[in-house]
Amino acid sequence: MSQASPSEPQGRPLESGAHAIAGLQGNWQRLHPLSPLVRAGRGLIAIAVILLIPGYGGRQGSSGNEFTHAGVLVVVLVVALVSWLVTRWRVETGVLRVDSGLIRRSSERFPLSQIQAIDIVRPGLARLFGLSELRIRLAGGDRKAGRLAYLASTEAEVLRARLLDMRGGVAPITSTTAERALITVPPARLFASLLLTGTGLVLELVVVALVVLAVLAPGAAAAAISAGAVWLFALLVSAFRRFNAGYHLTVADAPDGLRLRSGLIETAAETIPRGRIQAIRMTEPLAWRLLGWCRLDVDVAGQKARGRQDRNEAKAVRSLLPVGSREQAASLVATVFGDVPTERLAPPRRARWKSPLRFYFLSWGGNDRYAVTTSGRVRRVTDWVPLSKVQSVRYVEGPIQRRLRLSSIHLDTAGRNVHAVLRDRDQREARQLLRELPERGRLARQHELIAGPSYTSI
Amino acid sequence: MVQGEDQDRDTVVWSAPSPRLRTLRRGQVAAATLAALALAIGVAGGLGSGVALSVAVVGVIIAGLAADAVMGRRVRAWGYAEREEDLLVKRGVMFRRISVIPYGRMQYVEVAAGPLERAFGLATVQMHTAAAASDARIPGLSAVEAARVRDQLTSLGESQAMGL
Repeated sequence: MSQASPSEPQGRPLESGAHAIAGLQGNWQRLHPLSPLVRAGRGLIAIAVILLIPGYGGRQGSSGNEFTHAGVLVVVLVVALVSWLVTRWRVETGVLRVDSGLIRRSSERFPLSQIQAIDIVRPGLARLFGLSELRIRLAGGDRKAGRLAYLASTEAEVLRARLLDMRGGVAPITSTTAERALITVPPARLFASLLLTGTGLVLELVVVALVVLAVLAPGAAAAAISAGAVWLFALLVSAFRRFNAGYHLTVADAPDGLRLRSGLIETAAETIPRGRIQAIRMTEPLAWRLLGWCRLDVDVAGQKARGRQDRNEAKAVRSLLPVGSREQAASLVATVFGDVPTERLAPPRRARWKSPLRFYFLSWGGNDRYAVTTSGRVRRVTDWVPLSKVQSVRYVEGPIQRRLRLSSIHLDTAGRNVHAVLRDRDQREARQLLRELPERGRLARQHELIAGPSYTSI
Repeated sequence: MVQGEDQDRDTVVWSAPSPRLRTLRRGQVAAATLAALALAIGVAGGLGSGVALSVAVVGVIIAGLAADAVMGRRVRAWGYAEREEDLLVKRGVMFRRISVIPYGRMQYVEVAAGPLERAFGLATVQMHTAAAASDARIPGLSAVEAARVRDQLTSLGESQAMGL
């Protein structure tokens, strides 16, 4: 782990940022020549393995087959080369333009003034070659992120800093200055916490079962492993993904937002802009609660993930704190949201009939700016929603609730997952809230328009 | 009824969808009932038993009438109110829902009219916000009213717009 901090401009910034600067001055630039190789990476490796193993292993494979493989390889390489040749970018007056495609040409334009954040992502293979991908996120949420994959890491750093400078409005930012680290997660605790989650527990059970089986009946164990290899692999991959995403996670408070940095193999540096956080969710699984641990996730505005690329990105919008103590979580929430409500109101006792299990933790609290709700029985989930982000307020009263004179209030936000539900409140209280909450939201929005996004800690 | 609801009634003046929505729904129920009736007659007639035939016919007609009554209640449950700063939409009989959507949150307004709705001169107006869960659909507005609501929402949305 020589590259602990991915976004630190090192080496010769002036000289190696030359391409970036030329592009900024309006000259067409290509991506890094190795980028098609990295993009096709997994496919190429697979092909190479298929090619090489019969080639060196045994000479029995018919030579025609090898020609086919070689042909496929050549085609892939040519396609990659062409795609590299036709992809160019440059900065025109106030707009980043990315042209690509040979047959279906596309020309994307990203207005610099609308840039919300620029993230630097380095998948494993790209890191090997010292390349980085720039992801440019625009305001408006639902639009596709711009991608420049891949640039030399130093170029990417220069370009990112300059683009952020050029968008104006916000104070110029260079990559790591003026940051205030809030929290880091020790890998040991992350590892321990993963062992205690659902996936981790299943994995442990499977491993224990396999070991026992191997001792008792080695043949059966081998059969079980070969039969369940795919599932086992999937479990391992999913567990590793979470480990990778949380590895050495650092949360820092920067002038343009919260900056998250993490990753063991695929490193990502990502900025969540101020005022873009729609909700925060704190999850406390049963096993973690015993240790006083919890996880914090932020929800950022955006539509449902569409393509594969978008899905990756959706995943990247994520844990603020993969595992931490409740105090850490509370201090993070306080940093991001400021003054959150501390008092909680439990629902009337008769709600027990409608929600026998979750009644135990069910509560909500609110002040002029935020609402917080708690629910769940095995896994306690606490959601914070800024009232200024609430898109609509819904009152729902089901047949059972009507009999018990209860109803729920939903606070809808533009986030992907988190939406606060004030469940099973007394009907009169709910009616009152239905009148009040939109009004409070309006005032909170006005307050934000004047004072700027709530989350300012400097 | 609960006190809170009465208070709401005082302050909010609900508008209802066009009465033609009731006719449309009744027509739909009638068409479905007729189709079911034809099927029932076909099946029961195939059995060749007069008792089965009459039971099936009576059963389908009763089901149709019940469906019509339910539809009537559901149509009557719809209501909307354009307040100064937000739109209220209520609906549902079993699950009663009231949505409050501030105009400033509006992203776009959609007016849709299927072939049946068009035949009755009706349209559905839906206001979209950034939240997928927002529920601001008003069905069965007369074409004129739908156009008015659309224009009204658009202009209010523009004047009160704010970012995410």
